[in-house]
Amino acid sequence: MDQVKKSIIKKDAFALISGMPVYTDDLAPKDALVIKILRSPHPFARIKNIDVSEALKVKGVELVLTHKDVPRKPITRAGQGYPEPSPYDKFILDEYVRYVGDEVAIVAAEDEFAAEEALKKIKVDYEILEPVLDFEEAECNTSIIHPEKEAFSQFDIGYMPEKNIAASYSMEVGDVDKLIEECEKDPDCVLIKRRYYTQAQAHVMLEPHASFAYIDLHGRLVIVSSTQTPFHVRRQVSMVLDIPIKSIRVIKPRIGGGFGGKQALHGELITALVTWKTKKPSKLVYTRREVFEATYTRHPMRFDITLGAKKDGTLKLIDVEVLSDTGAYGEHALTTLMVAGSKTLPLYNKVEGVRFRGKVVYTNKVPAGAYRGYGAIQGNFVLESAMDELAQELGIDPVDLRLKNVIREGETSPIFKIMGEGREGVEMIVRSCKLEEAIKRVVELSGWKEKRSKSERNGSKVRGLGFAIAMQGSGIANIDMASAILKLNDDGSFNLLVGATDLGTGSDTILAQIAAEELGVSTDDIIVYSSDTDLTPFDTGAYASSTTYVSGNAVRLAAKKMLKLIKEEAAKMLNVSPDEITWDGKVLRAGDKEISLKDLATKLYYTENQKQLVADASFVGPESPPPYAATIAEVEVDTETGKVDVLKYYTVLDIGTPINPNLAKVQVEGATMQGLGMTLYEDVKYSGTGRLLTNNLMYYKIPSRLDVPEIHVEFLESYEPTGPFGAKSVAEIGIDTPPAAVANAIYSAVGVRIRELPITPEKVFSALKGGMKS
Amino acid sequence: MKIRVKINGQDRSFEIDPSEYLLDTLRKNGYMSVKRGCDTGSCGACTVLLDGRPVISCSVLSASVDGHEITTAEGIANQMKEYMHALASEGADQCGFCQPGLLVMIYYLKKMIDKGLIERDKETVRRYLIGNLCRCSGYLPQERAIFRFLGVD
Repeated sequence: MDQVKKSIIKKDAFALISGMPVYTDDLAPKDALVIKILRSPHPFARIKNIDVSEALKVKGVELVLTHKDVPRKPITRAGQGYPEPSPYDKFILDEYVRYVGDEVAIVAAEDEFAAEEALKKIKVDYEILEPVLDFEEAECNTSIIHPEKEAFSQFDIGYMPEKNIAASYSMEVGDVDKLIEECEKDPDCVLIKRRYYTQAQAHVMLEPHASFAYIDLHGRLVIVSSTQTPFHVRRQVSMVLDIPIKSIRVIKPRIGGGFGGKQALHGELITALVTWKTKKPSKLVYTRREVFEATYTRHPMRFDITLGAKKDGTLKLIDVEVLSDTGAYGEHALTTLMVAGSKTLPLYNKVEGVRFRGKVVYTNKVPAGAYRGYGAIQGNFVLESAMDELAQELGIDPVDLRLKNVIREGETSPIFKIMGEGREGVEMIVRSCKLEEAIKRVVELSGWKEKRSKSERNGSKVRGLGFAIAMQGSGIANIDMASAILKLNDDGSFNLLVGATDLGTGSDTILAQIAAEELGVSTDDIIVYSSDTDLTPFDTGAYASSTTYVSGNAVRLAAKKMLKLIKEEAAKMLNVSPDEITWDGKVLRAGDKEISLKDLATKLYYTENQKQLVADASFVGPESPPPYAATIAEVEVDTETGKVDVLKYYTVLDIGTPINPNLAKVQVEGATMQGLGMTLYEDVKYSGTGRLLTNNLMYYKIPSRLDVPEIHVEFLESYEPTGPFGAKSVAEIGIDTPPAAVANAIYSAVGVRIRELPITPEKVFSALKGGMKS
Repeated sequence: MKIRVKINGQDRSFEIDPSEYLLDTLRKNGYMSVKRGCDTGSCGACTVLLDGRPVISCSVLSASVDGHEITTAEGIANQMKEYMHALASEGADQCGFCQPGLLVMIYYLKKMIDKGLIERDKETVRRYLIGNLCRCSGYLPQERAIFRFLGVD
């Protein structure tokens, strides 16, 4: 074991830091047509008439497309496996526009100036419709956002467009109503019912969405895109534009961050369409404003939660009802809803009854979609805040309440089987779970016991500690497939070809480490090429915390096969049986005979038993082992202003084996800051008329360097038997705990409970004015 | 209109539109290390040196740099190997999109600190870098590397 559990430098590090031209817009052909989109100024309207004649007269304009010129085929841009659990409710361009920013027309021109000029000359006559802007009033509203007949869902996802419902779901274990009734009557029971809200958050990956397309020498369409899902892009472009899959190639170069925001198709359909029509290269690079206005946000949600417990702290029931806002289109509507339950409820697997229900409604706002944490951060804020409230009611230390009820290694939860992503899940025994140890360790690290027992006050500022735990998954069990190919070169190095998509996380390097470890060679001898639908084998893409576990397992299996092939060939060369061969990473030996891998490879290429050694493997996770986290945040609340400063943040995680401890730690640190941003200030805001107010980085604040607290990340020794070298996922788990840990810390400090994110100074101040803990 | 500039030590002249920004002029002419991350001068990804001082090139009119000297990440990366190694060793490069702009800032800070013109102090360095946003790393691994490289504690 020397290539995993090792902080190897990312293979692309020096290229990225020195500014090599490796991102989509850096690589676009200089003569590419520049595409600009005319976007709707209205939240809901029908295009009565659209006149592009003046736009076409602008010098340098190549093409103007409106809804009359594009195929009328409904799609979902979600970027999920097929068939997708999201409604097919979007057209490339439509007669209806459903939010401010929705696409009205496409202009392609020689340069940006001509394209911008043409946009101004398109005349649109809108019939303005009554928008639905409040998601709590969306269901059965008189305004129906998706009246079109063509929209449909691939299977039953609870899609009811006539009621503005994009998806709905319910499940129950035990008889929850009966348990609630019993609890109400039982003097030995405590029941709490609470309502919480979580807001929309913007991804703000530093690179705006970009794609370009060109026709290759075979007349095929090549799309280069900052996508997390090149194979889904290929499939969807084929489906909508009616171009055979064999005529499309999708390449993902380096991408400047994704966080789920680039899982969906944003732009690829348009560049593909323009290039396919004109046969000329074209590119579409979103402005930051477009990224805010016309891509995705996190789903805002409302939760009603009921918890029931015995006075000794035994949790009896959990009942959760959710209303989620998917905005104008239903991408990821069902799955984010379900994850709010499936990635939180199994934490407390010993309850007698658990129910989870919800609806996802359409509104005339920016569509919601995949964003790191995906339902889990919303669900976690609610469950872990409510557990803190329950602990308060019971008079039990919140840590002790968790320790009494949490899931442990070797146990299971009925939720695993009942709730998958968009469909049924899989049964799963938790093979690795160091949650209890994580809780104990974070308590020790943070000084929880000593600090909780005394209140620290400094003038108007009061300190407090809050606790929360979390779980995630590792890929989507039984659905997500990844594959890998290894090829031996004549110097004994290997090409590793993977469909997996490195978003900047370092997954190319991590997969190389896994291959190297299995082969017994150095990671330097693995040359990774990823994310090209022509040259790399299939992978569903980088989402749902899947790459290390799902793609990593495929790589490990391919490497096992390759090693077997090498030993077989060495045995032939040395005239022994393959069982006699030993291998030290450089030389293959049998008794006193030996051959180096380099010599073997050279002979295989040029002189003896000539052949190319290639090994491939595919992997579908039979289960999705959860990583776990236990977190304690220490905050300081200014009672005069309501301002909250997070001072210290301790998080202890079980992610199985960290393949690359540095990169794993950075995942948690980065996720923590995104989570703290959502907790304290990030908020997607609209005007009363449905226009996005937070459409640039001056109005939408992400954490800066000065907002970072002391963050202590620690990984526990853990080994997941189904993971590659014991690994589970790490990408998302870190974002889940910040909201509840901070909210609970604020309560502990000043006795006010904020149930609506983000926890702004205004909210804390108003709550303090309403009554402060004595 | 035509402008003459010295970029990374080389004399260049460009035909530009009077309303053009330096970011666009540089990218159009192959200086791809200069990234566009926002439209409002908020993210720092397009940072370059203008006569040795950092500017955000999205907010500088190209016409105004006629006769001046520009330095981009391409021009200084080979002098910054120790820094790049420090950063990569922390896994702090991540998606990399903010890195060339940050590299330019660190190059500048290193010079200024060595000359004694900027204080060798964490809080000072942090404030100089506040305009260089990063969404991947939570800044912590960057700062571990930067402070080590700059000899700041």
